[in-house]
Amino acid sequence: MSMNLLNLLRRRPASAPVARERLQILLAHERGLRSQPDLLGVLREEILAVVSRHVVLDPEKVIVRMDRGKAVSTLEVDIEIPNGIEKRMAVAS
Amino acid sequence: MAKVLVVTSGKGGVGKTTSTAALGAALAQRGEKVVVVDFDVGLRNLDLIMGAERRVVFDLINVAQGVAKLSQALIRDKRLESLWLLPASQTRDKDALTDEGVRNIIAELRTKFDWVICDSPAGIERGATLAMRYADEAIVVTNPEVSSVRDADRIIGMLDSKTVKAEKGEEIKKHVLITRYDTSRAARGEMLNIDDILEILAIPLLGIIPESQDVLKASNVGSPVTLNNAASTPAKAYIDAARRLGGETVPMVVPSEQRRGFMDRLLGRRAA
Repeated sequence: MSMNLLNLLRRRPASAPVARERLQILLAHERGLRSQPDLLGVLREEILAVVSRHVVLDPEKVIVRMDRGKAVSTLEVDIEIPNGIEKRMAVAS
Repeated sequence: MAKVLVVTSGKGGVGKTTSTAALGAALAQRGEKVVVVDFDVGLRNLDLIMGAERRVVFDLINVAQGVAKLSQALIRDKRLESLWLLPASQTRDKDALTDEGVRNIIAELRTKFDWVICDSPAGIERGATLAMRYADEAIVVTNPEVSSVRDADRIIGMLDSKTVKAEKGEEIKKHVLITRYDTSRAARGEMLNIDDILEILAIPLLGIIPESQDVLKASNVGSPVTLNNAASTPAKAYIDAARRLGGETVPMVVPSEQRRGFMDRLLGRRAA
C-alpha cells in the first residue's frame, strides 16, 4: 500500500515516448539494411558490365562496399585489373 | 471467391493462435465457411485452443505427403458447422512441409471454403514463410511493446518480398491487429499507444484487442473467445475485426477498462 501511495504522489516520467523513439531510430536503420544487399548486388552487376566492355575482368575481383555514416554514406568500388592491360588498350586505339 | 489469410507476427506469444481461432469462429458465426490451418509443425496448439485436441487423426503433413486425403484430415467444429480445422503435425519436424505440398493444399482449400486462415508459427524460418507464401492478405499481430513491434516490421518486409503475390508484383494486403492492449497504461504513457504503433508500422488497423482475463478463460476450456463469451470485450473486438475483414466499415472502439473504485486503485486490486 505504501508503494501505491508513493506512486500516486510521485509520478514517474512516461516510458512510452522513449520506446517510440528507440523503435523509430532502430527500424529506420533496419529497413535500410533490408534493401541494401539488393542495391549493392545491382550496383555490382552494372559496374561489372560497364567496365568489362573495355577491360577483361575477373568478376571475383570486383568488390562493392557501402558504409553508412551519420551524415554521409560512402560507396567503395574496388576493381582489380590484371597486368598487361595498357598494352591491349594501346593496340585497340 | 475464397480468401486466404495468414495470421503472423514474427515474435511468439503475441496471440496469433488465439486470434486465428477467434476470427475464424467470428466469421463462421456470420455464416461463412471457414477453415483454420495450423502451420506450427511440431508445436501445434490451434487444436487445443479450438477444443479439438482429442479428435486429431490426420494432419497437414499427412495431406501434403499424400498419406491422407484432405477430407480425412479436416475436423468439423462441434459448435459451428461451417467452421473447420486442419491441424498441424505434432511429431514431424518442420522440414516435412514443402512449398509444393502447401501450394496444393491451399489450392484445394480455396475450392471448398470462403476463408482459409493460416496460423503461422513464430520466427522467420521455413514454417513462417510457407504459412504466408500463398496468402492474399495478412494479419500482423503485435503487442504494444518494442520487441513485438520490431518483429512485426520485419514480417511486413517479408510479406512484401517472399509471398507469391509480392513476387508477381502485386500488393499483398496487410492489416495490423493490436492485442493485449491496456488503454489506461497507454494513457499514462507506460505503453506504446495505438497511434505510435500505426505510425511506425504504417499499415491499416484491423482491431484493438484488450488485455483480458476472458482470453485465458476461453483457452482454458478450448473455445475461441468469440464463442466462449461473445459479450466480453475481447470477443466484441474480434467480432468487429471479422466484420472489417468482410469489407464492412465498423467504427474502431478503443476498449476501455472496467471502472475501478478509488479504494481498489489504492489497494492495487485488479478488476476481474
